[in-house]
Amino acid sequence: MRLTQGCFSFLPDLTDEQIAAQVQYALSKGWAVNLEFTDDPHPRNTYWEMWGLPMFDLQDAAGVMMELNECRKIYGDRYIRLSAFDSSHGWESVRLSFIVNRPKDEPGFRLDRQESDGRNMRYTTRAYSADKPEGRRYGG
Amino acid sequence: MDATATTPNGDDAPPARVDLRAEFNEVGIGEVLDQLDRELVGLKPVKTRIREIAALLLVERLRKRMGLATGNPTLHMSFTGNPGTGKTTVALRIASILHKLGFVRRGHVVSVTRDELVGQYIGHTAPKTKEVLKKAMGGVLFIDEAYYLYRPENERDYGQEAIEILLQVMENQRDDLVVILAGYADRMEKFFQSNPGFRSRIAHHIDFPDYTDGELLTIAEGMLNEQNYHFAPEAKAAFERYIGIRKTQPLFANARSIRNALDRIRLRQANRLIADLDRSLTAEDIMTIEAGDVLASRVFGKEDGRDR
Repeated sequence: MRLTQGCFSFLPDLTDEQIAAQVQYALSKGWAVNLEFTDDPHPRNTYWEMWGLPMFDLQDAAGVMMELNECRKIYGDRYIRLSAFDSSHGWESVRLSFIVNRPKDEPGFRLDRQESDGRNMRYTTRAYSADKPEGRRYGG
Repeated sequence: MDATATTPNGDDAPPARVDLRAEFNEVGIGEVLDQLDRELVGLKPVKTRIREIAALLLVERLRKRMGLATGNPTLHMSFTGNPGTGKTTVALRIASILHKLGFVRRGHVVSVTRDELVGQYIGHTAPKTKEVLKKAMGGVLFIDEAYYLYRPENERDYGQEAIEILLQVMENQRDDLVVILAGYADRMEKFFQSNPGFRSRIAHHIDFPDYTDGELLTIAEGMLNEQNYHFAPEAKAAFERYIGIRKTQPLFANARSIRNALDRIRLRQANRLIADLDRSLTAEDIMTIEAGDVLASRVFGKEDGRDR
């Protein structure tokens, strides 16, 4: 099951050229670009790990692409997302975020049903891959 | 990144003929080169070399348009010369020329020294160097006093790590970044000898000569003009003498020394004006630097005594 989240989730994965163009747009707006990665892609998992520091004061997308390629070299079997943070007053939040790398094989999620009091039903989703310990989930 | 930027490639065939003048005008480097000639005093060999580089890049651009692509030329440079000979200023101009010709995408200059590249403990250097490199991408990275990166006397120095990262990026991302190393001639020479990797990756070695007395005076007058001051005739003569003496003293830094001298002269001029509060001043009075302001310098005092 192809996982989608963030901007452009309705599109096929962006090519590197398209990613660079988006990064350049973010930089032109003065946003700091961050790279994050995880192998626990549950939609409620907001705590992805950061690849290096947020990249402030960049002028050109090439710097971000260099880091992205470094990150792919080591965590190419995990999800990597790119986010752009707007530090200007009143925003101070992420303005743009999209997935730039995904594992080759994505087993997807299972829906668990739990019967509770009376006829109540509780639902939860679990990533199949999350059964394995961290770092070994996507064949890494 | 801007798909529409430079060459109208697309599906139309490359033109069989190109108009050199049209291209030259379109790029607008003529203006930058003229500005370089106008605003920078002296530096003849530097200007000649920059014209040559600009010519090469213009031709390279035409070749690209005609489909004779050869891959971007190596543009990393090294500027050697004494302090205050205009290396940083020229680096800024070079960035603007490269930008106009489309060889760097943004045309900004990031100026750093050893401190910004080399860390203080294990594992600190690589992220630091990379951060600087990332900031410089799309523009020019100017490394002042580059030889400090390499400290042979300390084998545990982290400079070597910074050098390796630099070399790697200089080689692999030539399209993204132009590196300019700067420093004194003799120490740069030693630096290149111990790091042959750098020498072979740098295409242009440009030497900045010292300014002559006359050039320094022209520079001084230019600086004063910019700040709306001027020398009284005797003051000019005194400053000429000042240059002659200052040059022989230690720690002379060409145009930088001149700028500092002028700052001190302005201070003395202000002091002189303030001394007499009851006087009414004209604009001319405030703008004029008198011989006394120049002659009060310590430099003249040391002429005979030579004590420090």
